[in-house]
Amino acid sequence: MVELRLYLAQRISAAIMAPLVLLHLGVMIYAIQGGLSADEILARTRGSSFWGGAYGLFVLAAAVHATIGLRNIMREWWQMTGPLLNGLSWIFGVGLLVAGLRAVVAVVGTA
Amino acid sequence: MTGSVLDAITVSVWRGNARQGGFEDFQVPQQPSQTILDVVTWIQRHLDASLSYRFACRVGMCGSCAMMVNGIPRWTCRTHVNKVMQDNRLSIEPLRNLPVIKDLACDMSEFFEKWKRAEGHFGGKDSRTQPVAAISPTNSARQAAAAAIECINCAICYSACDVVAWNSDYLGPAALNRAWSLQNDSRDRRQAERLLAVSSAGGCLQCHSQAGCATYCPNELNPTASIAGLKHLAAVGFLQKKSRDRHG
Repeated sequence: MVELRLYLAQRISAAIMAPLVLLHLGVMIYAIQGGLSADEILARTRGSSFWGGAYGLFVLAAAVHATIGLRNIMREWWQMTGPLLNGLSWIFGVGLLVAGLRAVVAVVGTA
Repeated sequence: MTGSVLDAITVSVWRGNARQGGFEDFQVPQQPSQTILDVVTWIQRHLDASLSYRFACRVGMCGSCAMMVNGIPRWTCRTHVNKVMQDNRLSIEPLRNLPVIKDLACDMSEFFEKWKRAEGHFGGKDSRTQPVAAISPTNSARQAAAAAIECINCAICYSACDVVAWNSDYLGPAALNRAWSLQNDSRDRRQAERLLAVSSAGGCLQCHSQAGCATYCPNELNPTASIAGLKHLAAVGFLQKKSRDRHG
């Protein structure tokens, strides 16, 4: 059942990411049409629970999706199994999540 | 057989066993409507009687004679030389992803063991004393089974599959395609066990949908689509079970 849970988690996380990527690209292309500086962007995103939620959800989904994909690659290409495979996957996944959430805090944090 | 030197094909045949081997070149006269199996047979009958290979029906029914031809898995009895020959040269090797016994003959044991692991056998609901089940040809499950049913167990899909090459535990396209045809057989009573078998480690969820199996299947089946069907059944079955467990 572990394989089935991972399979579903990877598909569900992909389904979450797809509209968020389109939202990100769409807003980015729309917003810069008249010229926009980094400060002006941050002025709009800081303190925004919408953008914090959207990017936070994206980072969570990306960490799940990429980790499961990398786990498959490590198993198929390098024949890794057991605790080494799962341990490295956890380290990568948690690292990606922490790095991503730090970026989200930098974009929406008010401090 | 007759042929001139100008017509000769240079055929590189893989010779050896499970431990070691290499290519050996033979000159074979070209003939009209000549198949790859004809070439291999000519070498064995005229040049080297010790060449080992496997065939039976010679008409694309039995699935015995598959080999790698110029790097691609093919049924050799139905592959014409003039369709695949490059610069009057051919290379013929044993099927990829299976252990070699000798020369062009592979050990098919693991291929058929995986067929069994995938619960690839029919388990009927009825006894022989009951009337024959009536299944409409327009029934959607019957049509799904029909699309997958003409497999001849040649192992070409198994040989073409990169996931098999990477993961020796993977059941492979043929066994999973067979499981899909049985999951769509309304007379079968082993569907729960089979779904568990094909969705466990090494099962349908490992498929990357690269479709090497569908590309090279000589009967133009689409095991990738069958495996996608199994993935769908496994996912829906899992979510339905979760829902039932949650609601008692």
